[in-house]
Amino acid sequence: MTLPTASDSVVDIPVSQPLTDSSDTRVSNLMEAIRLENVGVCYRAPSERIPSIKEYTIRWLQGKIKHREFWALQDVNLSVAKGETLGLIGHNGAGKSTLLKLIARVLRPTTGRVLVLGNVAPLLEYGAGFHPELTGRENIYLNGALLGYSRKQMDEKFERIVDFAELWDFIDAPLRTYSSGMWARLGFAVATDVQPDILIVDEVLSVGDEAFQRKSADRMQEFRDRGATILLVSHNMSLIEEMCQRAAWLDHGRLMAVGKPDEVIRAYRQSQA
Amino acid sequence: MESLPVYDSSRRGLPALEELRELLRYSNLVIQTARRNIVVRYKRSILGIAWTMLNPLGTTLILSFVFSRVFGGASSYAVYVLSGLLCWTFFAQTTSDSMHNLIWGGNLLKRIYVPRTVFAVSAILTGLINMAFSLVPLMVVMLITQVPIRPTMLILPIPALFLAMFALGVGLILSTIAIYFIDVTEMYTILLTAWFYLSPVIYRKEMLPQDYAWVVHLNPMYYLINLFRAPIFDGRIPALSEFVVAAAIALSTLVVGWVWFSSRADDFAYRI
Repeated sequence: MTLPTASDSVVDIPVSQPLTDSSDTRVSNLMEAIRLENVGVCYRAPSERIPSIKEYTIRWLQGKIKHREFWALQDVNLSVAKGETLGLIGHNGAGKSTLLKLIARVLRPTTGRVLVLGNVAPLLEYGAGFHPELTGRENIYLNGALLGYSRKQMDEKFERIVDFAELWDFIDAPLRTYSSGMWARLGFAVATDVQPDILIVDEVLSVGDEAFQRKSADRMQEFRDRGATILLVSHNMSLIEEMCQRAAWLDHGRLMAVGKPDEVIRAYRQSQA
Repeated sequence: MESLPVYDSSRRGLPALEELRELLRYSNLVIQTARRNIVVRYKRSILGIAWTMLNPLGTTLILSFVFSRVFGGASSYAVYVLSGLLCWTFFAQTTSDSMHNLIWGGNLLKRIYVPRTVFAVSAILTGLINMAFSLVPLMVVMLITQVPIRPTMLILPIPALFLAMFALGVGLILSTIAIYFIDVTEMYTILLTAWFYLSPVIYRKEMLPQDYAWVVHLNPMYYLINLFRAPIFDGRIPALSEFVVAAAIALSTLVVGWVWFSSRADDFAYRI
Protein backbone atom coordinates (compact mmCIF):
# COMPACT_ATOMS: atom_id res chain seq x y z
CA MET A 1 0.00 0.00 0.00
CA THR A 2 1.49 3.28 -0.98
CA LEU A 3 0.14 6.53 0.11
CA PRO A 4 1.09 9.96 -1.04
CA THR A 5 3.59 11.37 1.37
CA ALA A 6 3.37 14.90 2.54
CA SER A 7 5.87 16.22 0.05
CA ASP A 8 4.13 14.67 -2.94
CA SER A 9 0.95 16.61 -2.34
CA VAL A 10 -0.88 14.54 -4.88
CA VAL A 11 -4.03 16.16 -6.08
CA ASP A 12 -6.98 13.93 -6.57
CA ILE A 13 -10.23 15.71 -7.16
CA PRO A 14 -12.74 14.22 -6.58
CA VAL A 15 -11.76 11.58 -4.08
CA SER A 16 -11.72 8.09 -5.40
CA GLN A 17 -8.74 6.71 -3.63
CA PRO A 18 -9.08 2.94 -3.44
CA LEU A 19 -8.13 1.64 -0.04
CA THR A 20 -6.47 -1.72 -0.17
CA ASP A 21 -7.11 -4.79 1.94
CA SER A 22 -9.50 -3.54 4.58
CA SER A 23 -9.42 -7.01 6.12
CA ASP A 24 -5.97 -6.28 7.47
CA THR A 25 -6.60 -5.08 11.00
CA ARG A 26 -3.14 -3.73 11.57
CA VAL A 27 -2.06 -0.40 10.28
CA SER A 28 0.91 -1.83 8.51
CA ASN A 29 1.97 1.23 6.63
CA LEU A 30 4.17 3.31 8.84
CA MET A 31 3.57 6.37 6.77
CA GLU A 32 -0.10 6.39 7.47
CA ALA A 33 -1.46 8.02 10.61
CA ILE A 34 -5.20 8.13 9.96
CA ARG A 35 -7.41 6.17 7.63
CA LEU A 36 -11.16 6.47 7.18
CA GLU A 37 -12.90 3.75 5.17
CA ASN A 38 -16.43 4.34 3.90
CA VAL A 39 -17.18 6.20 7.07
CA GLY A 40 -20.69 7.35 7.83
CA VAL A 41 -22.09 9.00 10.92
CA CYS A 42 -25.82 9.00 11.40
CA TYR A 43 -27.54 10.93 14.14
CA ARG A 44 -30.97 9.67 14.99
CA ALA A 45 -33.34 12.07 16.60
CA PRO A 46 -36.98 11.39 17.36
CA SER A 47 -38.91 13.25 14.70
CA GLU A 48 -41.41 14.54 17.22
CA ARG A 49 -41.17 15.44 20.85
CA ILE A 50 -42.53 12.68 23.03
CA PRO A 51 -43.72 14.28 26.25
CA SER A 52 -43.35 11.49 28.79
CA ILE A 53 -41.84 8.14 29.47
CA LYS A 54 -45.29 6.60 29.62
CA GLU A 55 -46.11 7.90 26.17
CA TYR A 56 -42.72 6.79 24.93
CA THR A 57 -43.16 3.30 26.30
CA ILE A 58 -46.58 2.94 24.71
CA ARG A 59 -45.31 4.06 21.33
CA TRP A 60 -42.20 1.98 21.63
CA LEU A 61 -44.28 -1.11 22.30
CA GLN A 62 -46.44 -0.25 19.34
CA GLY A 63 -43.34 0.31 17.24
CA LYS A 64 -44.50 3.78 16.43
CA ILE A 65 -41.46 5.81 17.25
CA LYS A 66 -40.29 7.58 14.17
CA HIS A 67 -36.74 8.74 13.96
CA ARG A 68 -35.43 11.35 11.66
CA GLU A 69 -32.09 10.24 10.37
CA PHE A 70 -29.42 12.76 9.73
CA TRP A 71 -26.20 11.73 8.10
CA ALA A 72 -23.51 14.06 9.39
CA LEU A 73 -20.95 12.18 7.32
CA GLN A 74 -21.39 9.77 4.44
CA ASP A 75 -19.03 7.57 2.44
CA VAL A 76 -15.93 9.35 3.58
CA ASN A 77 -12.66 7.81 2.49
CA LEU A 78 -9.59 9.64 3.60
CA SER A 79 -6.03 8.83 4.40
CA VAL A 80 -3.70 11.15 6.25
CA ALA A 81 0.00 10.50 6.15
CA LYS A 82 2.18 10.64 9.20
CA GLY A 83 3.66 14.10 9.58
CA GLU A 84 1.15 15.68 7.28
CA THR A 85 -0.78 18.82 8.10
CA LEU A 86 -4.28 18.52 6.69
CA GLY A 87 -6.71 21.39 6.58
CA LEU A 88 -10.45 20.80 6.72
CA ILE A 89 -12.70 23.34 5.09
CA GLY A 90 -16.39 23.64 4.44
CA HIS A 91 -19.29 25.70 5.64
CA ASN A 92 -20.80 25.32 9.12
CA GLY A 93 -22.49 21.98 9.61
CA ALA A 94 -20.61 20.34 6.77
CA GLY A 95 -19.28 17.63 9.08
CA LYS A 96 -15.82 18.95 9.91
CA SER A 97 -16.20 18.71 13.66
CA THR A 98 -17.86 15.31 13.37
CA LEU A 99 -14.87 14.07 11.44
CA LEU A 100 -12.53 15.34 14.15
CA LYS A 101 -14.65 13.60 16.79
CA LEU A 102 -14.24 10.29 15.00
CA ILE A 103 -10.50 10.65 15.07
CA ALA A 104 -10.47 11.76 18.70
CA ARG A 105 -12.43 8.58 19.60
CA VAL A 106 -15.33 10.64 20.86
CA LEU A 107 -17.71 9.15 18.31
CA ARG A 108 -17.71 5.68 16.87
CA PRO A 109 -18.79 5.68 13.22
CA THR A 110 -22.22 4.34 12.34
CA THR A 111 -20.80 2.68 9.26
CA GLY A 112 -17.31 2.09 7.98
CA ARG A 113 -14.08 2.08 9.86
CA VAL A 114 -11.70 4.54 11.47
CA LEU A 115 -8.06 3.69 12.03
CA VAL A 116 -5.77 5.94 14.02
CA LEU A 117 -2.12 5.25 14.68
CA GLY A 118 -0.62 7.14 17.59
CA ASN A 119 -1.99 9.17 20.42
CA VAL A 120 -4.36 11.99 19.65
CA ALA A 121 -4.44 15.29 21.49
CA PRO A 122 -7.39 17.52 20.87
CA LEU A 123 -6.97 21.19 21.63
CA LEU A 124 -9.99 21.87 23.76
CA GLU A 125 -11.72 25.07 23.00
CA TYR A 126 -11.67 27.97 25.36
CA GLY A 127 -12.42 26.98 28.93
CA ALA A 128 -13.54 23.39 28.34
CA GLY A 129 -12.45 21.20 31.21
CA PHE A 130 -11.47 24.05 33.49
CA HIS A 131 -13.18 24.95 36.73
CA PRO A 132 -13.44 28.64 37.62
CA GLU A 133 -13.22 28.12 41.38
CA LEU A 134 -10.00 26.14 41.21
CA THR A 135 -6.59 27.78 41.00
CA GLY A 136 -4.45 27.71 37.90
CA ARG A 137 -2.28 25.07 39.54
CA GLU A 138 -5.23 22.84 40.38
CA ASN A 139 -6.66 23.26 36.92
CA ILE A 140 -3.41 22.21 35.28
CA TYR A 141 -3.54 18.92 37.19
CA LEU A 142 -7.24 18.41 36.46
CA ASN A 143 -6.83 19.18 32.78
CA GLY A 144 -3.79 16.92 32.54
CA ALA A 145 -5.80 14.08 34.07
CA LEU A 146 -8.51 14.71 31.50
CA LEU A 147 -5.92 14.22 28.78
CA GLY A 148 -4.97 10.90 30.37
CA TYR A 149 -1.75 11.87 32.14
CA SER A 150 -0.80 10.44 35.53
CA ARG A 151 -0.04 12.54 38.57
CA LYS A 152 3.66 11.85 38.19
CA GLN A 153 3.69 12.89 34.54
CA MET A 154 1.95 16.10 35.51
CA ASP A 155 4.50 16.85 38.24
CA GLU A 156 7.17 16.65 35.54
CA LYS A 157 5.28 18.86 33.15
CA PHE A 158 4.04 21.45 35.59
CA GLU A 159 6.90 23.95 35.43
CA ARG A 160 7.20 23.84 31.67
CA ILE A 161 3.46 24.44 31.33
CA VAL A 162 3.46 27.50 33.56
CA ASP A 163 6.57 28.80 31.85
CA PHE A 164 4.97 28.52 28.45
CA ALA A 165 1.68 30.04 29.56
CA GLU A 166 3.60 32.81 31.36
CA LEU A 167 1.30 32.59 34.34
CA TRP A 168 3.64 32.22 37.31
CA ASP A 169 2.22 35.36 38.94
CA PHE A 170 -1.33 34.04 38.92
CA ILE A 171 -0.84 30.32 39.30
CA ASP A 172 -2.41 30.15 42.76
CA ALA A 173 -5.31 32.45 41.99
CA PRO A 174 -8.70 30.97 41.10
CA LEU A 175 -9.38 30.80 37.39
CA ARG A 176 -12.42 33.03 37.61
CA THR A 177 -9.98 35.91 38.13
CA TYR A 178 -8.22 35.13 34.81
CA SER A 179 -8.88 36.96 31.58
CA SER A 180 -10.11 34.92 28.63
CA GLY A 181 -6.68 35.19 27.07
CA MET A 182 -5.11 33.70 30.19
CA TRP A 183 -7.57 30.78 30.14
CA ALA A 184 -6.69 30.11 26.54
CA ARG A 185 -2.96 30.28 27.20
CA LEU A 186 -3.27 27.81 30.03
CA GLY A 187 -5.36 25.43 27.93
CA PHE A 188 -2.97 25.55 25.01
CA ALA A 189 0.04 25.09 27.27
CA VAL A 190 -1.38 21.98 28.98
CA ALA A 191 -2.54 20.33 25.76
CA THR A 192 0.66 20.90 23.83
CA ASP A 193 3.33 20.43 26.48
CA VAL A 194 4.31 17.06 25.07
CA GLN A 195 4.19 16.59 21.36
CA PRO A 196 1.29 14.33 20.48
CA ASP A 197 1.44 12.04 17.45
CA ILE A 198 -1.71 13.65 16.15
CA LEU A 199 -2.87 17.11 17.08
CA ILE A 200 -6.41 18.23 16.44
CA VAL A 201 -6.95 21.94 16.16
CA ASP A 202 -10.52 23.13 15.79
CA GLU A 203 -10.64 26.88 15.27
CA VAL A 204 -8.83 27.68 18.46
CA LEU A 205 -5.76 29.46 17.26
CA SER A 206 -7.45 32.81 17.31
CA VAL A 207 -7.25 33.06 21.08
CA GLY A 208 -4.96 35.10 23.24
CA ASP A 209 -3.14 38.25 22.30
CA GLU A 210 -0.99 38.61 19.24
CA ALA A 211 2.22 37.62 21.00
CA PHE A 212 0.68 34.41 22.29
CA GLN A 213 -0.84 33.63 18.91
CA ARG A 214 2.60 33.84 17.40
CA LYS A 215 3.97 31.67 20.16
CA SER A 216 1.33 28.99 19.67
CA ALA A 217 1.75 29.09 15.90
CA ASP A 218 5.49 28.58 16.43
CA ARG A 219 4.81 25.59 18.63
CA MET A 220 2.57 24.04 15.98
CA GLN A 221 5.27 24.66 13.41
CA GLU A 222 7.74 22.96 15.70
CA PHE A 223 5.46 19.91 16.07
CA ARG A 224 5.08 19.77 12.34
CA ASP A 225 8.81 19.89 11.79
CA ARG A 226 9.26 17.06 14.29
CA GLY A 227 6.82 14.82 12.47
CA ALA A 228 3.47 15.34 14.20
CA THR A 229 0.34 14.90 12.16
CA ILE A 230 -1.93 17.90 12.43
CA LEU A 231 -5.58 18.25 11.56
CA LEU A 232 -6.63 21.83 11.28
CA VAL A 233 -10.16 23.11 10.96
CA SER A 234 -10.44 26.74 10.02
CA HIS A 235 -12.48 29.22 8.07
CA ASN A 236 -9.33 31.21 7.61
CA MET A 237 -8.29 30.16 4.11
CA SER A 238 -4.93 31.90 4.18
CA LEU A 239 -4.06 30.01 7.35
CA ILE A 240 -4.97 26.73 5.65
CA GLU A 241 -2.88 27.60 2.64
CA GLU A 242 0.04 28.64 4.76
CA MET A 243 0.03 25.73 7.23
CA CYS A 244 -1.26 22.73 5.31
CA GLN A 245 0.21 20.38 2.73
CA ARG A 246 -3.24 19.19 1.77
CA ALA A 247 -6.76 20.36 2.29
CA ALA A 248 -10.03 18.45 2.38
CA TRP A 249 -13.35 20.02 1.56
CA LEU A 250 -16.49 18.69 3.18
CA ASP A 251 -19.98 19.58 2.12
CA HIS A 252 -23.18 18.17 3.62
CA GLY A 253 -21.27 15.29 5.12
CA ARG A 254 -19.55 14.30 1.90
CA LEU A 255 -15.94 14.67 1.02
CA MET A 256 -15.93 16.83 -2.09
CA ALA A 257 -12.22 17.16 -2.71
CA VAL A 258 -8.80 16.43 -1.27
CA GLY A 259 -5.61 17.87 -2.60
CA LYS A 260 -3.38 20.92 -2.80
CA PRO A 261 -4.81 23.62 -0.55
CA ASP A 262 -5.01 26.33 -3.20
CA GLU A 263 -6.84 24.05 -5.64
CA VAL A 264 -9.28 22.72 -3.07
CA ILE A 265 -9.95 26.21 -1.77
CA ARG A 266 -10.57 27.41 -5.30
CA ALA A 267 -13.05 24.60 -5.91
CA TYR A 268 -14.74 25.36 -2.60
CA ARG A 269 -15.02 29.05 -3.40
CA GLN A 270 -16.42 28.36 -6.85
CA SER A 271 -19.17 26.25 -5.30
CA GLN A 272 -20.04 29.08 -2.98
CA ALA A 273 -20.35 31.63 -5.74
CA MET B 1 10.33 0.60 15.92
CA GLU B 2 8.45 2.41 18.62
CA SER B 3 5.04 0.96 19.28
CA LEU B 4 2.24 3.41 18.85
CA PRO B 5 -1.25 2.95 20.21
CA VAL B 6 -3.60 1.86 17.47
CA TYR B 7 -7.27 2.72 17.51
CA ASP B 8 -9.49 0.70 15.22
CA SER B 9 -13.17 1.54 15.42
CA SER B 10 -14.16 -1.79 13.88
CA ARG B 11 -12.36 -3.87 16.47
CA ARG B 12 -14.42 -4.31 19.58
CA GLY B 13 -13.79 -6.44 22.59
CA LEU B 14 -16.32 -6.84 25.35
CA PRO B 15 -17.46 -3.30 26.11
CA ALA B 16 -17.60 -3.98 29.87
CA LEU B 17 -14.00 -5.16 30.00
CA GLU B 18 -12.74 -2.46 27.66
CA GLU B 19 -14.37 0.16 29.84
CA LEU B 20 -12.72 -1.29 32.93
CA ARG B 21 -9.31 -1.25 31.29
CA GLU B 22 -9.74 2.33 30.15
CA LEU B 23 -10.94 3.40 33.58
CA LEU B 24 -7.80 1.99 35.18
CA ARG B 25 -5.72 3.92 32.66
CA TYR B 26 -7.55 7.09 33.65
CA SER B 27 -7.41 6.49 37.41
CA ASN B 28 -5.71 9.84 37.88
CA LEU B 29 -8.75 11.52 36.38
CA VAL B 30 -11.01 9.77 38.90
CA ILE B 31 -8.84 11.05 41.75
CA GLN B 32 -8.55 14.56 40.36
CA THR B 33 -12.29 14.78 39.75
CA ALA B 34 -13.12 13.61 43.27
CA ARG B 35 -10.61 16.10 44.60
CA ARG B 36 -12.21 18.86 42.56
CA ASN B 37 -15.68 17.91 43.81
CA ILE B 38 -14.60 18.24 47.42
CA VAL B 39 -12.41 21.31 47.05
CA VAL B 40 -14.89 23.24 44.92
CA ARG B 41 -17.81 22.60 47.23
CA TYR B 42 -16.19 24.35 50.17
CA LYS B 43 -13.95 26.76 48.33
CA ARG B 44 -15.72 29.96 49.25
CA SER B 45 -17.07 29.01 52.67
CA ILE B 46 -15.21 30.12 55.76
CA LEU B 47 -15.47 26.85 57.64
CA GLY B 48 -14.50 24.94 54.51
CA ILE B 49 -14.14 21.20 54.77
CA ALA B 50 -15.50 21.28 58.34
CA TRP B 51 -18.95 21.42 56.79
CA THR B 52 -18.58 17.78 55.79
CA MET B 53 -18.70 17.02 59.49
CA LEU B 54 -21.01 19.79 60.64
CA ASN B 55 -23.75 18.86 58.19
CA PRO B 56 -24.50 15.35 59.50
CA LEU B 57 -23.92 16.54 63.06
CA GLY B 58 -26.59 19.21 62.71
CA THR B 59 -29.06 16.81 61.11
CA THR B 60 -28.49 14.27 63.86
CA LEU B 61 -28.93 16.77 66.65
CA ILE B 62 -32.28 17.77 65.21
CA LEU B 63 -33.39 14.20 64.55
CA SER B 64 -32.29 12.92 67.94
CA PHE B 65 -34.04 15.80 69.62
CA VAL B 66 -37.22 15.04 67.72
CA PHE B 67 -37.01 11.33 68.45
CA SER B 68 -35.85 11.35 72.05
CA ARG B 69 -37.84 14.36 73.29
CA VAL B 70 -40.90 14.41 71.11
CA PHE B 71 -41.36 10.66 70.66
CA GLY B 72 -39.63 9.74 73.90
CA GLY B 73 -36.99 7.29 72.66
CA ALA B 74 -33.64 6.48 74.23
CA SER B 75 -30.79 8.96 73.82
CA SER B 76 -28.67 6.26 72.16
CA TYR B 77 -31.19 6.62 69.39
CA ALA B 78 -29.12 9.42 67.92
CA VAL B 79 -26.37 6.95 67.09
CA TYR B 80 -28.87 4.61 65.51
CA VAL B 81 -30.17 7.38 63.32
CA LEU B 82 -26.81 8.88 62.46
CA SER B 83 -25.23 5.57 61.43
CA GLY B 84 -28.18 4.89 59.13
CA LEU B 85 -28.11 8.41 57.84
CA LEU B 86 -24.46 8.13 56.84
CA CYS B 87 -25.36 5.21 54.58
CA TRP B 88 -28.40 6.89 53.21
CA THR B 89 -26.72 10.23 52.50
CA PHE B 90 -23.91 8.41 50.77
CA PHE B 91 -26.29 6.42 48.62
CA ALA B 92 -28.65 9.27 47.74
CA GLN B 93 -25.86 11.71 46.96
CA THR B 94 -23.60 9.44 44.92
CA THR B 95 -26.38 8.01 42.78
CA SER B 96 -27.77 11.47 41.96
CA ASP B 97 -24.29 12.85 41.38
CA SER B 98 -23.41 10.03 38.96
CA MET B 99 -26.32 11.07 36.83
CA HIS B 100 -25.70 14.79 37.03
CA ASN B 101 -21.97 14.48 36.47
CA LEU B 102 -22.50 12.55 33.27
CA ILE B 103 -24.95 15.11 31.98
CA TRP B 104 -22.72 17.97 33.10
CA GLY B 105 -19.74 16.24 31.58
CA GLY B 106 -21.63 15.83 28.33
CA ASN B 107 -20.04 18.93 26.97
CA LEU B 108 -16.68 17.41 27.55
CA LEU B 109 -17.71 14.01 26.19
CA LYS B 110 -18.31 15.65 22.84
CA ARG B 111 -14.81 16.96 22.58
CA ILE B 112 -12.43 14.56 24.16
CA TYR B 113 -12.30 10.87 24.87
CA VAL B 114 -12.58 9.84 28.50
CA PRO B 115 -13.97 6.56 29.80
CA ARG B 116 -17.63 7.28 30.51
CA THR B 117 -17.65 5.50 33.83
CA VAL B 118 -15.25 8.14 35.18
CA PHE B 119 -18.18 10.33 36.17
CA ALA B 120 -19.97 7.73 38.27
CA VAL B 121 -16.81 6.28 39.80
CA SER B 122 -15.53 9.69 40.88
CA ALA B 123 -18.94 10.45 42.39
CA ILE B 124 -18.57 7.28 44.48
CA LEU B 125 -15.04 8.17 45.52
CA THR B 126 -16.19 11.65 46.54
CA GLY B 127 -18.99 10.09 48.60
CA LEU B 128 -16.60 7.69 50.32
CA ILE B 129 -14.32 10.54 51.33
CA ASN B 130 -17.28 12.52 52.67
CA MET B 131 -18.49 9.46 54.55
CA ALA B 132 -15.08 8.99 56.16
CA PHE B 133 -15.18 12.60 57.34
CA SER B 134 -18.67 12.02 58.75
CA LEU B 135 -17.35 9.33 61.06
CA VAL B 136 -15.88 12.11 63.21
CA PRO B 137 -19.23 13.66 64.21
CA LEU B 138 -20.59 10.14 64.58
CA MET B 139 -18.00 9.38 67.22
CA VAL B 140 -18.68 12.72 68.89
CA VAL B 141 -22.33 11.77 69.18
CA MET B 142 -21.34 8.33 70.47
CA LEU B 143 -19.27 9.94 73.22
CA ILE B 144 -22.06 12.32 74.19
CA THR B 145 -24.74 9.65 74.28
CA GLN B 146 -22.40 7.13 75.92
CA VAL B 147 -22.69 4.50 73.24
CA PRO B 148 -19.38 2.63 73.54
CA ILE B 149 -16.95 2.99 70.65
CA ARG B 150 -15.89 -0.58 70.01
CA PRO B 151 -13.07 -2.02 67.87
CA THR B 152 -15.78 -3.71 65.79
CA MET B 153 -15.92 -0.41 63.91
CA LEU B 154 -12.65 -1.35 62.24
CA ILE B 155 -14.67 -3.64 60.00
CA LEU B 156 -16.59 -0.69 58.53
CA PRO B 157 -14.57 -0.54 55.28
CA ILE B 158 -16.25 -3.80 54.20
CA PRO B 159 -19.87 -2.63 54.57
CA ALA B 160 -18.79 0.67 53.01
CA LEU B 161 -17.33 -1.19 50.04
CA PHE B 162 -20.57 -3.13 49.49
CA LEU B 163 -22.55 0.07 49.78
CA ALA B 164 -20.26 1.73 47.25
CA MET B 165 -20.64 -1.17 44.80
CA PHE B 166 -24.41 -1.06 45.10
CA ALA B 167 -24.50 2.72 44.67
CA LEU B 168 -22.21 2.53 41.64
CA GLY B 169 -24.46 -0.06 40.03
CA VAL B 170 -27.58 2.00 40.67
CA GLY B 171 -25.80 5.18 39.56
CA LEU B 172 -24.77 3.59 36.26
CA ILE B 173 -28.27 2.27 35.59
CA LEU B 174 -29.73 5.72 36.31
CA SER B 175 -27.12 7.44 34.14
CA THR B 176 -27.92 5.19 31.21
CA ILE B 177 -31.62 5.96 31.50
CA ALA B 178 -30.93 9.68 32.01
CA ILE B 179 -29.12 9.90 28.68
CA TYR B 180 -32.36 8.93 26.95
CA PHE B 181 -34.83 10.51 29.37
CA ILE B 182 -33.55 13.51 31.23
CA ASP B 183 -36.78 13.51 33.25
CA VAL B 184 -35.40 10.63 35.27
CA THR B 185 -33.28 13.06 37.28
CA GLU B 186 -36.44 14.72 38.60
CA MET B 187 -38.34 11.49 39.09
CA TYR B 188 -35.46 10.03 41.03
CA THR B 189 -35.63 12.86 43.56
CA ILE B 190 -39.18 11.84 44.38
CA LEU B 191 -38.32 8.16 44.35
CA LEU B 192 -35.50 8.80 46.81
CA THR B 193 -37.88 10.38 49.30
CA ALA B 194 -40.17 7.35 49.16
CA TRP B 195 -37.22 5.00 49.37
CA PHE B 196 -35.88 6.85 52.40
CA TYR B 197 -39.05 6.22 54.37
CA LEU B 198 -39.12 2.59 53.23
CA SER B 199 -35.64 2.10 54.67
CA PRO B 200 -35.05 1.73 58.39
CA VAL B 201 -32.94 4.85 58.70
CA ILE B 202 -34.82 6.89 61.28
CA TYR B 203 -37.05 4.10 62.59
CA ARG B 204 -36.44 0.53 63.67
CA LYS B 205 -37.87 -2.28 61.63
CA GLU B 206 -39.69 -3.49 64.74
CA MET B 207 -41.63 -0.23 64.86
CA LEU B 208 -43.40 -1.10 61.62
CA PRO B 209 -46.78 -2.83 61.71
CA GLN B 210 -46.33 -6.57 61.09
CA ASP B 211 -48.23 -6.33 57.82
CA TYR B 212 -45.60 -4.05 56.30
CA ALA B 213 -42.47 -5.86 57.44
CA TRP B 214 -42.15 -7.71 54.13
CA VAL B 215 -41.73 -4.41 52.26
CA VAL B 216 -38.55 -3.75 54.18
CA HIS B 217 -37.22 -7.18 53.31
CA LEU B 218 -37.55 -6.41 49.61
CA ASN B 219 -35.47 -3.30 50.05
CA PRO B 220 -31.78 -3.88 49.28
CA MET B 221 -30.83 -0.84 51.34
CA TYR B 222 -32.19 -2.56 54.44
CA TYR B 223 -29.48 -5.21 54.31
CA LEU B 224 -26.73 -2.77 53.44
CA ILE B 225 -27.68 -0.34 56.20
CA ASN B 226 -27.91 -3.13 58.76
CA LEU B 227 -24.49 -4.40 57.85
CA PHE B 228 -23.06 -0.92 58.30
CA ARG B 229 -24.94 -0.19 61.50
CA ALA B 230 -24.25 -3.40 63.42
CA PRO B 231 -20.57 -2.69 64.18
CA ILE B 232 -21.40 0.85 65.30
CA PHE B 233 -24.69 0.72 67.13
CA ASP B 234 -24.78 -2.89 68.31
CA GLY B 235 -21.03 -3.18 68.62
CA ARG B 236 -21.03 -6.60 66.99
CA ILE B 237 -19.44 -8.18 63.95
CA PRO B 238 -22.26 -9.05 61.55
CA ALA B 239 -22.93 -12.73 60.92
CA LEU B 240 -21.52 -14.36 57.81
CA SER B 241 -25.00 -14.69 56.32
CA GLU B 242 -25.46 -10.93 56.62
CA PHE B 243 -22.22 -10.38 54.72
CA VAL B 244 -23.19 -12.86 52.04
CA VAL B 245 -26.59 -11.27 51.38
CA ALA B 246 -25.11 -7.76 51.19
CA ALA B 247 -22.27 -8.92 48.95
CA ALA B 248 -24.68 -10.65 46.59
CA ILE B 249 -26.86 -7.55 46.31
CA ALA B 250 -23.87 -5.28 45.79
CA LEU B 251 -22.10 -7.45 43.24
CA SER B 252 -25.14 -8.28 41.13
CA THR B 253 -26.26 -4.64 40.97
CA LEU B 254 -22.78 -3.50 40.05
CA VAL B 255 -22.38 -6.09 37.29
CA VAL B 256 -25.78 -5.33 35.78
CA GLY B 257 -25.16 -1.56 35.91
CA TRP B 258 -21.62 -1.79 34.56
CA VAL B 259 -22.43 -4.13 31.68
CA TRP B 260 -25.52 -2.21 30.60
CA PHE B 261 -23.86 1.18 30.90
CA SER B 262 -20.75 0.17 28.93
CA SER B 263 -22.77 -1.50 26.21
CA ARG B 264 -24.60 1.80 25.70
CA ALA B 265 -21.64 4.10 26.25
CA ASP B 266 -20.85 4.55 22.54
CA ASP B 267 -24.30 5.93 22.05
CA PHE B 268 -23.85 8.71 24.58
CA ALA B 269 -21.85 11.07 22.39
CA TYR B 270 -24.66 10.83 19.85
CA ARG B 271 -27.32 11.69 22.41
CA ILE B 272 -25.97 14.25 24.80
